[in-house]
Amino acid sequence: MITFEQVKKVYESGGQKVAALNGIDLNINEGEIFGVIGFSGAGKSSLIRCVNLLERPTSGKVIVDGHDLTSLSVKEVREIKRNIGMVFQHFNLLNSKTVFENVAMPLILAKTPKEQIKERVHQLLEFVGLADKANNYPDQLSGGQKQRIGIARALATQPKILLCDEATSALDPQTTSSILQLLKKINKEYNITILIITHEMSVIREICDRVAVIEEGRIIEEGSVFNVFSAPKTKTARNFVSSIMNDSIPDSVRKIIEEHSGLQKVFRINFVGHSAGQPLLSQLAKKFDVDVNVLFGNITELQGIPFGNLIVEFQGSDKEILRALNFINQQKVSIKEVKAHAS
Amino acid sequence: MLVNSDQIIQALIETLQMVAFSLLFSAVLGVPLGIALVVTRKGHLLENAPFFNVLNGIINVFRSVPFIILLVAIIPITRFLVGTSIGTAAAVVPLVFYAGPYIARLVENSLLEVDPGVIEAAEAMGATPWQIVFKFILPEAMSSLILAFTIATVGLIGASAMAGAIGGGGLGDLAITYGYQRFDTTTMLITVGILIVMVQGLQSLGNITAKKIRRR
Repeated sequence: MITFEQVKKVYESGGQKVAALNGIDLNINEGEIFGVIGFSGAGKSSLIRCVNLLERPTSGKVIVDGHDLTSLSVKEVREIKRNIGMVFQHFNLLNSKTVFENVAMPLILAKTPKEQIKERVHQLLEFVGLADKANNYPDQLSGGQKQRIGIARALATQPKILLCDEATSALDPQTTSSILQLLKKINKEYNITILIITHEMSVIREICDRVAVIEEGRIIEEGSVFNVFSAPKTKTARNFVSSIMNDSIPDSVRKIIEEHSGLQKVFRINFVGHSAGQPLLSQLAKKFDVDVNVLFGNITELQGIPFGNLIVEFQGSDKEILRALNFINQQKVSIKEVKAHAS
Repeated sequence: MLVNSDQIIQALIETLQMVAFSLLFSAVLGVPLGIALVVTRKGHLLENAPFFNVLNGIINVFRSVPFIILLVAIIPITRFLVGTSIGTAAAVVPLVFYAGPYIARLVENSLLEVDPGVIEAAEAMGATPWQIVFKFILPEAMSSLILAFTIATVGLIGASAMAGAIGGGGLGDLAITYGYQRFDTTTMLITVGILIVMVQGLQSLGNITAKKIRRR
């Protein structure tokens, strides 16, 4: 649906050239929710703005729904923009217009007949749950409500693509979650392809199908959300993952491991998908002469698949522990011994 | 008192005429120029550096000439346009030369206050530059524009009094010829009093209207 081919964007300021995008190759499929995550200044804003030519790439191609944007005339690009909705971090609503007029704006620009506008706007306000606010002004709404209006406006012309530029970064966690659920609903009900840029890993975890990590204008890692979360390859990706899924052993637990060293053995068990549903530890305690002590753990859900890890302590004879380990290995669960000074 | 009430009313009407017509023509001149100053600047909708620089320079030149000099300096143009350089109609010409560039600057300022995010949203919707100016920028700046025009009108009232110096008529003329030159303090006080009431009323009206429109 959206394809980047060797896209570069170079800014010139005061004679100095700064590359915001350094050869981006990316393919976003129809109907998916694709997330691009990066720190500020990594190039995410430039990336998303190349999709509707708010910024023109210095070189390379951006192909949207089969059209190579950079080869089109200004007028043709305007037509294509009607097929691409955009939601902004700071909403960018017109404060001088009512909620109704704000949502109607893209339709007015497209010279849609008045009756149709009225019908469509009411339908959209109903969809985002703000039908009763049609005659209010944006300053009378909360941040979450403003973003819902922003989303309704972006959907007015029934676009195939929705671009979300840090759409939840100005909202509190609870509101963020409700806006993300709304985006998910849009994706499911209208089959709209959604491209989200964010610096919040929780956004990626909650709704994205695939994710790309951007750094210094390059895509450094890309894959399904599950794969990137369960096995991040780059340092930046690991940082993002650990920002919401703490899988390092806390100092207090480390201390216990040090104190107990010699008598017991400590392991890290990684649960992925199916295995997370098994009562592994209780089976272990029943089958073998081993006491199991959970020191630390973290289990979450990614794209509907449970995922996490536990730090456990096995108390028992070496022989029994070895038998227990053999049993665990048969269950396709990865397990690794944790030494006092290892992570 | 050396003047009667009819003369004062006549002068008031002249002042109102001068201000109204010069405001109208100045707006017709100043608003498009103000818009042009915004959209042709660097990084804006219709970036055009040479156009912007020339326009910016011309406006600065007009803005830097003191009004009393402007009044006299453009007499040939006034004669060409109105046929005479004396009287209320003739005074409108220098007033427009004075207020037009002034309004252009005020409009420029108001429009620059509009949140760039709104303009970006408009561009993302596929709005034409024309639509962005008329459906996004101007409505968003309306409250600020009303205050700007209030300032411009108050400025014009002051300038119109000065136009009295070249025989433009109006309250200023009355104040100078009778109040100042013939030491008629009462006439002076009455004309100044009327001007104060006009300015106060206008400013209040502007403030109230702007507040009503402002939605933030």
